[in-house]
Amino acid sequence: MNSAALAAKLLALADDEYILGHRDAEWTGHAPILEEDIAFANIAQDEIGHAVLWYNALKDLNGDDPDRLVFFRESSGWRNAQFVELPKGDWAFTMVRQYLFDAAELVRLAETVNSAHRAVAEVSEKIRPEEMYHYRHTSNWVKRLGLGTEESHRRMQAALDSLWPRALQLFAPLPNEDELIAAGIFPAPDKLRAAWEGATRSWLTDSGLTIPTITASAADREQHTEHLAALLAEMQEVARLEPPDVKW
Amino acid sequence: MCANILPTDITLASQNADPAKLAAFEARITRGEKIEPGDWMPAEYRKQLVRMISQHAHSEYVGMLPEGSWITRAPNLRQKLVLIAKVQDEGGHGQYLYHAAETLGATREEMIEALLNGRAKYSSIFNYPPLTWADMGMIGWLVDGAAIKNQTMLAHCSYGPYSRAMVRICAEESFHNKQGKEMIYRYALGTPKQKAMAQDALNRWWWPTLMMFGPHDSDSPNTPQLARWGIKTKSNDELRQEFVDETIAEAHLVGLTIPDPDLRYDEASGHWLIGKIDWDEFWRVVNGDGPCNKERLAARNKAHDDGQWVREALAAYAHKSKSAI
Repeated sequence: MNSAALAAKLLALADDEYILGHRDAEWTGHAPILEEDIAFANIAQDEIGHAVLWYNALKDLNGDDPDRLVFFRESSGWRNAQFVELPKGDWAFTMVRQYLFDAAELVRLAETVNSAHRAVAEVSEKIRPEEMYHYRHTSNWVKRLGLGTEESHRRMQAALDSLWPRALQLFAPLPNEDELIAAGIFPAPDKLRAAWEGATRSWLTDSGLTIPTITASAADREQHTEHLAALLAEMQEVARLEPPDVKW
Repeated sequence: MCANILPTDITLASQNADPAKLAAFEARITRGEKIEPGDWMPAEYRKQLVRMISQHAHSEYVGMLPEGSWITRAPNLRQKLVLIAKVQDEGGHGQYLYHAAETLGATREEMIEALLNGRAKYSSIFNYPPLTWADMGMIGWLVDGAAIKNQTMLAHCSYGPYSRAMVRICAEESFHNKQGKEMIYRYALGTPKQKAMAQDALNRWWWPTLMMFGPHDSDSPNTPQLARWGIKTKSNDELRQEFVDETIAEAHLVGLTIPDPDLRYDEASGHWLIGKIDWDEFWRVVNGDGPCNKERLAARNKAHDDGQWVREALAAYAHKSKSAI
């Protein structure tokens, strides 16, 4: 097994979950109804919790400390998709992003629970039930807002137009990922993408939304928008008041 | 977190109530029975409870803002998860308390409207800004600690739904309090920078926390009637003294200094005696002129306004789904 390739994959998974959880948590106290303040804070905790599981799997592999990775890494070192680092936008943007992400998680987790790598299978087993709840929650929201009012439909369509092409980055293969596929550790991204499109296209269409046409190819995970550096500057501000070995 | 019991100019007149019913009601309270939503109760009892419970709910809802603003800056993974969970708990307490007030006939919409237009009060402590990360610990240790004193008393109150809500909320608040104390102890015993942050936070939060218990008993006109009806079973000064005695001992344990030059230990009574509370500041903040009153209301109004289209869409979708059946 190529452990550098596995480490790169675990880092990408962890970074996606972490940055999305961070963005989700920005709604805490500001959601459209109190019940969603509570629900979305829960989803945020789940996603960050999943990130911690992947970071710990990475630590077992190469010794990298999760807190140091999160709070002392420059933006160029992050391997999350741009999709998760974009500002939270309005409730439609947040909901479409979370829905597309949850669907991608579910199709991958359905495969990785049977991973040939024990830690990957175990983490997937833990994460999967929570992602099922997320999917149930966000898919219902997509339908309500897609079919609700003219305004909610317009906002949802705008969010989908912006997010659908960027979501494809979640399925872009990493360097040397083919070795992980050959070893039965991770499934092939194109297979996952097909399953994801199968699930989301029909649900989004039933929700009155139109899937945009893709013109550009997905960005590399080493490329980021300007939003990531701003997010990290704020996020790392307190931790960096002291050297990394100081406990907070 | 919790609302302090703010004095109001409402006189607790119960003269309009049927004397026989009133006597039976008061006898139930004397026997320690709980009053439940369908039971007969004097109009003023209902009114006082709606005021208190809705203020308490608003305090939880507004209380999400100051700590929520530090979620993005929590310095490690554990602290980040803990802080999100804590602010989420506050939302949960708010929801629970709004429901408790609904059992008395208030609606969520009316209560939220009163909050948004500034008519309703919430705990003044949330009108102070959290300026450093140490404030997240200080709020848990001091503010939640003070809230627990009040809430533990209210867990024994005569109105069943409020009392039961308090039992549940106190359990979660105890976690918040322990977690805040854990942070402050670590910083007080940590690096020079962390220690300075902890002391600075204590300097800023000490007096506003003591104000959370409300005016001195001599200036708190509601207390006797609220005590008679089993809503408030300890006075403001009694609760404040309990808090002061416990907290000062904890502060000294880790070398923090209480910002009160007049503080002294009274051997005879076994209590710590504090200096003079600045009641002018208290009333200024209660009446809308604190450091963050406008900001807090603006934030609640913005979330409400930004969410308007979402709530309209939910209603429209629910209507369509119903019509389709």
